[in-house]
Amino acid sequence: MNDVQKKAGDLACAGAPRSEDEWDTGQGSLDVPDGYTAVNKSPRRLDALKLALGKGTYADDLELDGVLFVKVLWSPHAHARIVSIDTTEAEKVPGVRCVLHHGNVPRVAYTTAGQGHPEPSPYDSFMFDAKVRFVGDRVACVAADSERAAAIAVSKIKVEYDVLPAIFDPRAAFAEGAVQIHDEPEAVGLPGYDKTRNIAAAMHVDHGDVDGAFARADLVLEREYSVPYQAHCCLEPHSALTWLDEDNRLVVRVATQVPFHSRRILARLLGIPLQRIRVIKPRIGGGFGGKQEVLLEDLPAMVTLRTGRPARLVLTRAEELTSSRTRHPQLLRWKTGVMRDGRILAQELDVLANTGAYGAHALTVQSCTAGKTLPLYRAEAHRFLMKAVYTNLPVAGAFRGYGGPQGFVALESHMDELAGLLGLDPVQFRRMNVVGPGEDNPLAQALGEGKEGPPQRFRSCAIQDCIDQGMAAIDWSRRATLPKEGPIKRGMGMTCLMHGSGIPGVDMGSARLKLNEDGSFNLHVGATDIGTGSDTILAQIAAEALQVPVEKLIVYSSDTDHTPFDKGAYASSTTFITGVSVKKAADGVVRQLLDAAVVMWAHHGDPCPREGLFVKAGAVHRPDGKSLGYDAICLSTFYSHDQHQIMDHGSHMTFECPPPFAAHFAEVEVDTETGGVKVLRYVAAVDCGVPIHPKSAEGQTEGGIGQMLGYALSEDFTFDPGGKLLSDSFRHYKQFSALDMPELQTILVKSFEPAGPFGAKSVSEIPADGPGPTILNAIADAIGIRIRELPITPEKVRKAWLEKQAGGAK
Amino acid sequence: MKIELEVNGARACWECEPHEMLTEVLRRNGLLGVKRGCESGDCGACSVLLDGEEVPSCLVLAAQASGHAITTIEGVGDFDDPHAIQLAFVDATAVQCGYCTPGMVIATKALLEERPSPSEREVRECLAGHPCRCTGHKKPVEAVLAAAATLRARGVVSDSGDDPIADTARSVG
Ligand code: FES
Ligand code: FES
Repeated sequence: MNDVQKKAGDLACAGAPRSEDEWDTGQGSLDVPDGYTAVNKSPRRLDALKLALGKGTYADDLELDGVLFVKVLWSPHAHARIVSIDTTEAEKVPGVRCVLHHGNVPRVAYTTAGQGHPEPSPYDSFMFDAKVRFVGDRVACVAADSERAAAIAVSKIKVEYDVLPAIFDPRAAFAEGAVQIHDEPEAVGLPGYDKTRNIAAAMHVDHGDVDGAFARADLVLEREYSVPYQAHCCLEPHSALTWLDEDNRLVVRVATQVPFHSRRILARLLGIPLQRIRVIKPRIGGGFGGKQEVLLEDLPAMVTLRTGRPARLVLTRAEELTSSRTRHPQLLRWKTGVMRDGRILAQELDVLANTGAYGAHALTVQSCTAGKTLPLYRAEAHRFLMKAVYTNLPVAGAFRGYGGPQGFVALESHMDELAGLLGLDPVQFRRMNVVGPGEDNPLAQALGEGKEGPPQRFRSCAIQDCIDQGMAAIDWSRRATLPKEGPIKRGMGMTCLMHGSGIPGVDMGSARLKLNEDGSFNLHVGATDIGTGSDTILAQIAAEALQVPVEKLIVYSSDTDHTPFDKGAYASSTTFITGVSVKKAADGVVRQLLDAAVVMWAHHGDPCPREGLFVKAGAVHRPDGKSLGYDAICLSTFYSHDQHQIMDHGSHMTFECPPPFAAHFAEVEVDTETGGVKVLRYVAAVDCGVPIHPKSAEGQTEGGIGQMLGYALSEDFTFDPGGKLLSDSFRHYKQFSALDMPELQTILVKSFEPAGPFGAKSVSEIPADGPGPTILNAIADAIGIRIRELPITPEKVRKAWLEKQAGGAK
Repeated sequence: MKIELEVNGARACWECEPHEMLTEVLRRNGLLGVKRGCESGDCGACSVLLDGEEVPSCLVLAAQASGHAITTIEGVGDFDDPHAIQLAFVDATAVQCGYCTPGMVIATKALLEERPSPSEREVRECLAGHPCRCTGHKKPVEAVLAAAATLRARGVVSDSGDDPIADTARSVG
């Protein structure tokens, strides 16, 4: 049998669970198969031309007759009770149609976190509350005929506040006598939640004999690290349009990563049946986790229900930066016990996270800080302690990497420092401890998504190849001779990284595929392309299984009325989870095509057995060389023989969560006179299994690195003493621009993941894990100073340098 | 008030309020490829050409544009006839979420009309006003350089004189 035949013949077992033996493989069966026709190629992305022409329609690119413009009144106080709200003057502004505040909307406790049901985040939010908990919290909103009228009316709302003491330091949040930020009776969370102490989430996980292992270690190193807020900076702001359709159903067109979660959460919040809501995800201008949140659509939706008119809410950039979501700032304490020979015995991680005023993703992000980092190096014992606390500062949430970037700052700084203390080469030290194929993840069960997770074994794991190829690309041997004389010094650093692919045992995606009479296919997926290229990638997976060119796929994503369920675009899951559902649907369609071809040939008086049929180049072929095109088969099944629609659907959930691995390398130049750090070169070698669209995998890697070089070096939240965000514009919140970026090289290391579609695993989040620690390590190499805090501003570098010159501790 | 201007080669006579920015008025008249990312001149998502020069339309009062020629992304190319710059962005996989792309294409057009053979540094300077959160800027820079090469090559081989970029390219060399 040739490959294609085998593919058709094996369809019956596609997607069936594999036996334990099959998993228990060495490198042999992890080879990348040759002969893919549609995947592992980089065709033009299906939506790229439309977008380059400016024709992509994002949420706000729709004119609605009679639309009401919604504007929000945000809290000027970090912590206050609302004593009274007087909207009389606001309502008098011409054109004002509706004013909403805590006194006139239903009081339903929920979480804005767009997670699966039941969301593992505390229910501590309300559409509006009688209390505000950070500068930028919701107080009220106005809907008016024009944006200007809405803005004027907002300024005329009179609010009397009873200002309360505020907490800005997470270390003070759970101290005795600290003011309670969530004192409302409705607020509830998972075990560990303690609102009386401002604790939004807490965990304590021990694996193995932690204290015994530390006691036996030759060397124990313990260090503290600090990482800041970060803003997503999606270029498209959060936007939502709502209206009632001709059947009096509520249509919500929203910039979201999670249309199905949005529908479910909205139904509860608005108190209307889920059946009455349709959520449409149009084109999305970037998400990065910031849109994995039911952040704003409830307000225009409520306005529409109240007034019967369409409504629109689009956040300004200042509102985006102040009142949307952020990356959790953390204080991390990392402790490692090692033997003289470099063997790691025990690892302990203690995280204090600031979740801001609300606890969206507070448990799961912090759990991933451990889940992505602790299993990377072998150890006998692990301990993870975590507290995520409320403060009166902006709200944290999901952000690309989901806790990983914070954790790797600590782990990978620590690994370098340990290597130095042991007198070992940092690369060699990592190589000897890093996990390999066939090993188990000892923490997978303990660190599940708010509950026990399924066990995990690493199968595809090309981390050693990543290290080899990255070292060669940056020419690591130059490290020893980089110039250190003079005020401008050079250094190189590296890190090893791992991430995940979806949430095992939780995430489910599905797809529907139907054939048209020209041999094209409609592919309907609930998965949300937010700029990742998933529409194209899922089309490639279908095209590979169907053996047609990718242009034959017409992809539609996503609409809760017209596409099947998908958990949404998060947790690096779309290719790995939804991709398999697409493959299942396509495999089903191929089975039906073979059946229909048998019927047709029989009707043509030229019968043939089904055995031996295979698909290739948009046709069903028989061993004797005869073939039937999909177009002819479709026409026949529509109008002539065995009439039916050839179509199928697939759903996929898995207990597998194969980590992608990566090694990152950077070369930096540090100016000791100014403290300025310039990143000269950056190399990322990544094992993401078989990249379905290699150029997009590169793009994800480059984009993640660009975003996180800003996190490492320039992006920062600064507040006034009252807790108001000062860096609330692109001018004051400094991202890496085209001029700041170093020479960047991505290497996609060869690898094959048996649990993924055509060998793929995830790629979109792992690049975010690297830049922070890689730059810290490169700076340490350049100037011999270990900085343990991001962002690495010139002030910090210069200060550390002066302290070192003065003989201070470092 | 009424403004009269040339938009993508056609005369337009539009109503607007004196305080309204050009972005709003263009979008209200169906030119939705003009995006809003900051409305403070910091992101270039709203860029248009005003008499051939790139301007952030969020900083230009609609009234100021009266009597001038505006080119938006819709005037650069179409499905049937995409501009070489647009194709270069597509082929370099420089379009991820695509929200920054119209502004970058406009900026590139202005750059290449001025400098048909820009250095990589010049390309980076040009794109520095266009923060892109998706791509890390590598592929957009490649796209601009590729577009420049395509247009230069076309300038050398083509003898139609109607493409101003090709003309510049030819005259420069
Ligand atoms: S919207 Fe005009 S520059 Fe950002
Ligand atoms: S492609 Fe998304 S901002 Fe540039």
